Formats: sequence, C-alpha cells, structure tokens
Amino acid sequence: MATDWPLDIHHALRAASVRQVSYVPDAGHSRLITLCHDDPTIVATVLTSEQEGIGLACGAWLGGQRAALLMQSSGVGNCVNAFSLLKTCGFPFLTVVTMRGQWGEFNPWQVPMGQATAATFALAGFVVHPVDVAAEVGPTVAAAAKLAFDSSVPVAVLLGQRLIGTKAFNEAGKESGKE
Amino acid sequence: MRNRILLERRPVVAKLLADRGKLLVVSGLGAPTYDCAAVGDHPLNFCLWGAMGSAAVIGLGLATAQPERPVLVITGDGEMLMGLGALATVAVRKPANLAIVVLDNERYGETGNQPTHTADAVDLAGVATSVGFANSFRVEDEASLASLLPLLRAGKGPVFAAIKVSDKADPMVLPPRDGTYLKHRFRETLLGPAALK
Repeated sequence: MATDWPLDIHHALRAASVRQVSYVPDAGHSRLITLCHDDPTIVATVLTSEQEGIGLACGAWLGGQRAALLMQSSGVGNCVNAFSLLKTCGFPFLTVVTMRGQWGEFNPWQVPMGQATAATFALAGFVVHPVDVAAEVGPTVAAAAKLAFDSSVPVAVLLGQRLIGTKAFNEAGKESGKE
Repeated sequence: MRNRILLERRPVVAKLLADRGKLLVVSGLGAPTYDCAAVGDHPLNFCLWGAMGSAAVIGLGLATAQPERPVLVITGDGEMLMGLGALATVAVRKPANLAIVVLDNERYGETGNQPTHTADAVDLAGVATSVGFANSFRVEDEASLASLLPLLRAGKGPVFAAIKVSDKADPMVLPPRDGTYLKHRFRETLLGPAALK
C-alpha cells in the first residue's frame, strides 16, 4: 500500500502541537490543506501571498502558539524580506514546500524559482530538509518541527517533485495547480 | 486635502494606548514604532524595525493565539500599502479581537516625506470595507477619534481605522531594537517564565 504522506504530515504537525497553518494553495498540498481545515485543533488561514505566512507565524509564537506555512516553491521568492523577522528575532519557523521546476518540469516559468529555492532558504539562514521518498516525509516533518520549535531556528522541508508527481497538462489544457 | 487642521500622531497614539489593560500591541516600522515608544516602552509592545508589510499579519497570528486579549496593530500608510493583501486575509478570517489602525500621514516619513498612494486617491478605509471589514473607519477629527476608541477593544472586530494625521516629523523616541529581546520580553510577560524554557 502506498504511503499516505499528506496524512503523515498532518499527523506530524498535530504531534508537534502546531495550532495555526497558513497556506497559498498548491495542488501538491491540496489534501493536507483539507486535512488542516477539517481539524478542530488547527486554525487554517488562506493567504494572498506567502510572505503573510511569515508574520502570521511570528505573531502566533508571540501569543504562545506554534504555526506552519505550506507553499509551493514559487512562493519562496515572495517571502524574502519577511525572512528577516525570523533571523533578527530568533523566531522558530516551519515551512513545508512543494517543489516545482525541479524533476521533469514541463512549465519553464516554474524553473527559475524552483532551482533557486534551496539556495534562497540557505541564504536566509534556514535549515533545509529535502525529501523525495514517501515513507520519509512524516519522520522528516516531525524532525523539522522538533528542530524548529525546540532549537528556535527556521526549517524548510522541501517535498521533491519526484515525490509529488510531475504534472502535465490535463485534457482541458490547464494545470491543476496554483496558476 | 492637506489644507485642513489635521490630528497630530503622538496625541492620537497616547489615546490609543491609554488605560491599556490587557491590550497587546504590534507597531509598524518607522514613526508608529517611535510613537508607541514616546507613550512609554512596554513589554507587551512588539515594535517592528523592519519586515515592512508584516505588521497586520503579526497581529492576526497573535490575535488567533490569544483570543481573549484585545490586539491592536498601529502602523503607517506606507507599511500598510506594502501588505494590502493582509487586509483581505484578516477580513476573511474575521478575528473579533483584532484592530488595525493606520496613522495615515500620506507620506513616507522615514525616507524624505515622499507622497504615498494615500496622498492620491487611495483610501485605505475604503479598501478595508471592500475586502470585507464590517467595521472600517476614516478618522479626521477629535470627535470621530473619540467614537472610534471604545470600538478598538470591544472584541467585536475586526476593526480597521485610517486616522489622517499631520506629516510633521516628531522627535525620535527609540524603543529597544534587539528583536530577540523584544520577542522574549513579550512572551515572558504574556505567557510567564515557562515560555523561555
């Protein structure tokens, strides 16, 4: 039976007492987003831009709650100046990123930010955990949450495109993802 | 537009923060942070020195985590304009205990008093109404300020107010600028010593 890795992420977030989850939707995160909205212990917030999720997580921490941000790799570029909050104030931070522009990408517009994602996080002072194997997703998110909240560092889990499945145009000629 | 008598920002902020009780405050970078410091440094002020465009969403995360406490974001028009989408996000989430006040001097005061979009036709209170704030106010005089004040902490929000203020530069009054200190101080005061363990 295939690993239900979105469910594993949800379990890991719950086990880490994450109470606020914000996101800009991505097809790769759609099941996890539904799980978070359906979870009475989690407040799920849809954002207009990924950078809002940085401030939201910092505000949550100030108020005594743990938060996580779900986004696609294209959204990482939208966050860059807001990342300064994390470093300047030593906020813990956890994000789970679905990768595009990486493994068999068909849309050239996704490639520049997808290829720059890991380096952008590294420049901003994040610990980066890439994961490409379904069975390792849950343990990786659990370890990332522990590192983020116990050691007060920003951590990004990158869910590889090889794991999520490379997207193709569907019959209607449209992507089923964010755009 | 600017030939009428405008409110002065420092007395306005003194009124916003008077008898603050259980109020939690987030201030946007630049003059709003100095205005809050001029009223008096307080451990439950999280005063930003950067991360422009983030004040409202920090308030949203805080208000969500502390639903029993009133949360007040005090920021400037330039800071709010950089994060306009945050107004839509707050309006969709509807936190009853959050109020966002913009001290709107229609200028980028830190960088040479260049006009912001609000010096032209952009009306932030109108934007807030359009994105779904049921309580959105444009305040231009003492009377409307007086009627706004009780609404900010009434727990029937979210509330948005754009308070038109003079673009006169006040003396700089600086709160602590070590972000880690500000974070720890806020959490220890709000959550107790266990928050630092």
